[in-house]
Amino acid sequence: MNQAADTATAAPAKRRFQFPPLGVYGYVCVLILVFWIVVALFAPYIAPYTESEIVTGTSFAPIGAEGLLLGSDYLGRDLASRLVHGARTTLTLALIATILAFLLGVITGFIAGIAGGWTDSVISRIVDAFISFPTIMLALLIVSIFGTSLPALICAIGFIEATRVFRISRALAVNTMTQDFVEVARARGESLWWILWNEVLPNAFVPLSTDFGLRYTFSILLLSALSFLGLGVQPPEADWGSMVKDNMTGIFVGAAAVLLPALSIFSVTLSINFLVDWNLARAQKDISDELVK
Amino acid sequence: MTALLQIRDLRMEGRRPSGEWMPIVRGVSLEARRGEVLALIGESGAGKSTIALSSLAYARPGCRFTGGEVVFDGASVLDLSLEEKRGMRGRRVAYIAQSAAAAFNVAHTLGDQITEGPSVHATMSRGEAEAQMADLARRMRLPEPDRIGRKYPHQVSGGQLQRLLAVMAMSCGPDLLVFDEPTTAIDVTTQVEVLAAFKDVIRQSGAAALYVTHDLAVVAQMADRVIVLYGGEIMEQGDTDQILHAPQHEYTKQLMAAVRPPPRASSPGADLESGRQPPVLSLQGISAGYGGVKGGKPDVQILFDVDVEIPRGQAVGVIGESGCGKSTMARVISGLTPAFEGEVGLDGKTLPPDVKHRDKKDLQRVQLVLQMPDVSFNPKKLVAQALGRPLEFYLGMKGAERDRRVGELLNMVELPADYAGRYPHELSGGEKQRVNLARALAAEPEVILCDEVTSALDTVVGAAIIKLLESLQERLDTAFVFISHDLSTVASFANRIVVLYAGRVAEQGPTPRVLSPPHHPYTRLLLNSVPEMRTGWLEDHRATREAEQAMADVVNIGLTGCPFHTRCPLMIPGTCDVEKPPVHRLTQGHRIACHREIDALANPPSPVSDDK
Repeated sequence: MNQAADTATAAPAKRRFQFPPLGVYGYVCVLILVFWIVVALFAPYIAPYTESEIVTGTSFAPIGAEGLLLGSDYLGRDLASRLVHGARTTLTLALIATILAFLLGVITGFIAGIAGGWTDSVISRIVDAFISFPTIMLALLIVSIFGTSLPALICAIGFIEATRVFRISRALAVNTMTQDFVEVARARGESLWWILWNEVLPNAFVPLSTDFGLRYTFSILLLSALSFLGLGVQPPEADWGSMVKDNMTGIFVGAAAVLLPALSIFSVTLSINFLVDWNLARAQKDISDELVK
Repeated sequence: MTALLQIRDLRMEGRRPSGEWMPIVRGVSLEARRGEVLALIGESGAGKSTIALSSLAYARPGCRFTGGEVVFDGASVLDLSLEEKRGMRGRRVAYIAQSAAAAFNVAHTLGDQITEGPSVHATMSRGEAEAQMADLARRMRLPEPDRIGRKYPHQVSGGQLQRLLAVMAMSCGPDLLVFDEPTTAIDVTTQVEVLAAFKDVIRQSGAAALYVTHDLAVVAQMADRVIVLYGGEIMEQGDTDQILHAPQHEYTKQLMAAVRPPPRASSPGADLESGRQPPVLSLQGISAGYGGVKGGKPDVQILFDVDVEIPRGQAVGVIGESGCGKSTMARVISGLTPAFEGEVGLDGKTLPPDVKHRDKKDLQRVQLVLQMPDVSFNPKKLVAQALGRPLEFYLGMKGAERDRRVGELLNMVELPADYAGRYPHELSGGEKQRVNLARALAAEPEVILCDEVTSALDTVVGAAIIKLLESLQERLDTAFVFISHDLSTVASFANRIVVLYAGRVAEQGPTPRVLSPPHHPYTRLLLNSVPEMRTGWLEDHRATREAEQAMADVVNIGLTGCPFHTRCPLMIPGTCDVEKPPVHRLTQGHRIACHREIDALANPPSPVSDDK
């Protein structure tokens, strides 16, 4: 809009890396996530006991009692150990499921968006059909057909989330494909594959990475929900969702065994959500600055 | 008598993306009196719109007032409360924006939106407002003034919408009208009507008007006084005639020099060879369109049986109003929109219609430059990557050789070689368009298709791009197809001109031949619609019969007869509306598609204000 300003602002000579202005809450969120990642990575070394070991005769031993850091659960297992192992299971399973969702969703979404026509219609209608199911119902359906093994669980969550990823990927591809620079590439004779890799993907990266964070939290929540319903991770393996379910009775005595796993789920999803929002706001600010210029 | 609007030593700042504030208006003072049109001119970034908006006590997002005062009808308005400002805006001061299409809400009828102002300010009842709207619409010479309020914005043409925007602005009977480039986005034949309508209502209402524009010919028609701005400061002010014909300030003189010469035949000798040159590119019987193909024809047909030849190393201008199929023609040539009928020939060899089936060698020979510099580049890629890709793709260049060539290409388009390390958003519009050209040049093509490459740019920047194109064309043996809706631009640069109307070729030939009689009636209308740099031109033009005819304002894309017959002053009833016009083939490849004899086309049908 402003030519004088335009020429003046052109190209800062050096591109300095600036520490992101996250604010206090932002750094707290980062700390929480780093904490859980470290815990998940080194679970066997951190946990004093294994996840299935019964270490005391007392159910719902309070925090600090009988030398157990966080007390015991309904079977008298060490809660701290189970939480640590649970972090590993929950976070890893959800991560694998999210990656699967993205591989599936982005590839089909881009194919549909770029090819258009019949290909797009067929894939989109199939996805619409699955999207119209409530997620939990669909997950229950898939799990009850294929059983509750971990691979089946990952595939079920990955597939369900992939339908969501498909929509955003397709929209991004359709948008980018109508841009002039893609027209120029097409007129140059570039293959669709080249256009996808060099023109579409770099421009879709920021929105997709934002979505990845959100999908990851949804995967954690879905996994936990399935476990809570007894169709997810099976005992004696620990996972946050099933821990909440197993220790349900403890809620009447205010046991840490039921509150802490729930709190863990809450802390991880909230932290990711905050960072995603922050990243999105930053990206939008970049765009609006661009417009103002 | 004191002036209605007084701006005294106005200072404003704008915020840069980096967050710091920089001055954009530096101490501007002006006065606008009732019954007077004051024009603000200058290139973009001069602060024209910002100053004009300050009369509504409004600063755009990212701008702020830092000094001076704006006095409207005796009261200082910058310090008013939001509530008081709202009472003034729309009712006493009205704003007419550049893009009418963006200014209307597509979900409501025009009538609802136009009568909203009077209702909000409670100046009259809905019924009175509607009656007044119809009256204003009549004065704006809009079709069906009593019923137009029931239509939705997409149901009227762009020129009509712009006039309706003025109706909306007038609806509260404001004392001051602010026009912000109101005709920049519309075609030249429509512009004449819109200008005339604006002029009438300003005269009749006795309001004061601020008119922001960069088009000096428009200034000549509209303004009583002119203020020339540059970098937020007044360079010169004076009466319109004085500014246009006896500019004092250096910058004003420069502005006048950048004005494109009116489309007149210039170098009659240059074209004589063009007939002999074998065409490098030829279109034969091209018909094309969009949408699904049914029964051999697409849903929406845009081009009808187009024959055009592009001689080697020459510049061919393609001209026509928006929607006439100019851009589709470029897309057909490049294969992005395959023609369903006809052939695109490159050096005598027929190309496959679809880009997918063409081989790399043929693709390399025809390159496309698109209109919007802002979206022509992948924002995530450096200039070096954008220019390097065609070098790598077509010529197999790699590494240092490619980098060296990128530098050479940047120099060719008069940019420093270190621009290679920049991202597109770090370039100005004109710079982007230069890189855009460089990208086409990288392929070392024989034909470059330029689709409205200057229309998104300022007059001054656009003129520089045209200069660059001219010098490139002289140095290289490349043919340019230059697509534009602006006849002056095309005429100053092209060796040959193709005039398109509703997807058909109305006339084509060497530039001097097209610009002098005999003309196709549409070419004549186009030529006569380009405003001249003299006051009174508008009134002269409107006196002609042609202008009356052209008022039809609706482009007929019917399948029978000549598409121009609804607007043609020479229409032969029973012939023109039924039969396809024959093509008169004159010397030097000058062709006119018209039912009339050549003699009839050579003599103007009515006194036309052709020469001063």
